Amino acid sequence: MKILVPVKRVVDYNVKVRVKADQTGIELANVKMSMNPFDEIAIEEALKLREAGVATEIIAVSVGVTQCQETLRTALAMGADRAILVETNVEVQPLGVAKVLKALVEKESPQLVILGKQAIDDDSSQTGQMLAALLGWSQAAFASKVVVSGAEATVTREIDGGSETVQLKLPAIITADLRLNTPRYATLPNIMKAKKKPLDIITPESLGADVAPRLKTLKVVEPPKRKGGVMVADIAALVDKLKNEAKVI
Amino acid sequence: MAILIIADHDNNQIKSGVTNAVACATKIGGDIHVLIAGSACAGAATAAAAIAGVTKVLVADAAQYAHPVAENLAPLVVGLAKNYSHVLFPASASGKNTAPRVAAMLDVAQLSDVIAVESADTFVRPIYAGSAFATVQSTDAIKVMTVRATGFDAVAATGGAGVIENIAAGADTGLATVTGQELSKSDRPELVDAKRIVSGGRGLGDGDKYRQILEPLADKLGAALGASRAAVDAGFVPNDYQVGQTGKIVAPELYIAIGISGSIQHMAGMKDSKVIVAINKDAEAPIFQFADYGLVGDLFTLVPELTAAL
Ligand SMILES: Cc1cc2nc3c(=O)[nH]c(=O)nc-3n(C[C@H](O)[C@H](O)[C@H](O)COP(=O)(O)OP(=O)(O)OC[C@H]3O[C@@H](n4cnc5c(N)ncnc54)[C@H](O)[C@@H]3O)c2cc1C
Ligand SMILES: Nc1ncnc2c1ncn2[C@@H]1O[C@H](COP(=O)(O)O)[C@@H](O)[C@H]1O
Repeated sequence: MKILVPVKRVVDYNVKVRVKADQTGIELANVKMSMNPFDEIAIEEALKLREAGVATEIIAVSVGVTQCQETLRTALAMGADRAILVETNVEVQPLGVAKVLKALVEKESPQLVILGKQAIDDDSSQTGQMLAALLGWSQAAFASKVVVSGAEATVTREIDGGSETVQLKLPAIITADLRLNTPRYATLPNIMKAKKKPLDIITPESLGADVAPRLKTLKVVEPPKRKGGVMVADIAALVDKLKNEAKVI
Repeated sequence: MAILIIADHDNNQIKSGVTNAVACATKIGGDIHVLIAGSACAGAATAAAAIAGVTKVLVADAAQYAHPVAENLAPLVVGLAKNYSHVLFPASASGKNTAPRVAAMLDVAQLSDVIAVESADTFVRPIYAGSAFATVQSTDAIKVMTVRATGFDAVAATGGAGVIENIAAGADTGLATVTGQELSKSDRPELVDAKRIVSGGRGLGDGDKYRQILEPLADKLGAALGASRAAVDAGFVPNDYQVGQTGKIVAPELYIAIGISGSIQHMAGMKDSKVIVAINKDAEAPIFQFADYGLVGDLFTLVPELTAAL
């Protein structure tokens, strides 16, 4: 079976982001960009399924600006077989991305789409569930274990207060949580090889997908800062502060 | 204008987070209805009807909602949604699972983790692990959103007089079935409800030491136990202990971070706590920039000392 893995280009998780002075967004000039960490986990899971003989082909997809090709090359270097960039300069939002992915699924007919559970820039955690809705497929969001056998997948997913196991009919959507696996690093030879793997560039229009944003960002501000606290010398001083100043014990 | 809130519950009780979503709905303004989709869920329905401000409780009682999967819950909500201007879910794992499915079926955008209401169509939500707050306006007819509990002071769970109305259950799509659940049991308060939290990081060393050092302190304080991702990944404690961008979002009166460095991702889950205490042997640890009270030193001596002093 084919597996489709959508990967998003986001500000690297180690970067301390800054709000633009004009409050229109986040400062992105000269900022390190990387693949969304959850999408590395999604790719890794697809690779494992290929290694286990379940998957035959892994297609990485990104929706966004031309630089997303770098993110796709990383996916190819990790081991994806080919890549598709759906290029647009529109600020894409989860519903629009889900529509693009739906059109691609109809074209490519994968049995599984594995996404990240959440993009660490918009922190939406929506795209996988939306895609499942548009396709009428089953969904296992926040997966920490995936077993595929025959026409079904058994997925352990993280829920409030623990975990649950769901039995899904394929085709299905899975979104990867942190504990699903530890993604591999791309080795230098594989990075070289990835340069020769196919990467197609198409547009949302060619897929008939409407990516127009539905949400308008009016402003972006820094959150209120916590006031810097004090250092205490010892436990006695701490207990005194908690009792008499903060009055929380 | 009427607002529908999809309640998390265990068939007998309403989960915390629902009363915060009601508080959010009160700010938006309008008639507030609650949906209880469950199996033998009369207890939860009665509890929902008692929440201050709730005027109606819709009850869909059917076997397939015993462990409702999004595949079955979403069509039920979509069927009701046309009567509402807003559909709210608590920003819990279950709300986050179902809300986007509902939104996409309605062909509307979804807003995640709303923390403030500016007007009926404009809301504030954190982005980049809470490093920025975005004010976002929705142009869609129905606003589907998840509500972050820490953004809204809960309304009273009693005093309401909602009318309970039974509604027809939707079909079982048969797409997905829950075959097992593993819930961590504990006598301690739940992390998201706790007034006090004792939280441990990689500095604890291993699971035995985590329990040995932190449990007596948590017992003394009547606190819930939490953890950083590093502590969870290293297997000290189960997943649902994790506080942070990708774990639980908490805002207790007192949060004691022990052997936690204070990464952006961890802070995203606890920086709205009223009082933060940090105990760390590294005076340069970023956690000290946020903590109200910081104490530099070895946790293995300081924490037992603190427990004894209380
Ligand atoms: C996509 C993504 C999502 C993430 N989500 C989360 C999340 O939700 N929650 C989360 O917590 N993390 C999250 N992380 C991980 C995060 O980046 C940090 O790696 C993690 O929070 C570090 O945990 P820690 O503070 O326990 O460990 P460390 O950073 O290793 O800190 C351990 C601290 O213990 C101190 N220490 C050691 N020994 C002692 C001693 N004897 N006495 C006193 N102090 C001692 C050290 O000085 C150090 O400061 C995420 C990361 C990514 C990439
Ligand atoms: N622009 C995009 N291109 C490719 N994949 C995306 C894009 N946006 C979101 N995704 C996928 O959807 C997941 C969840 O994103 P979000 O719903 O934005 O939190 C991500 O981890 C990706 O797998």
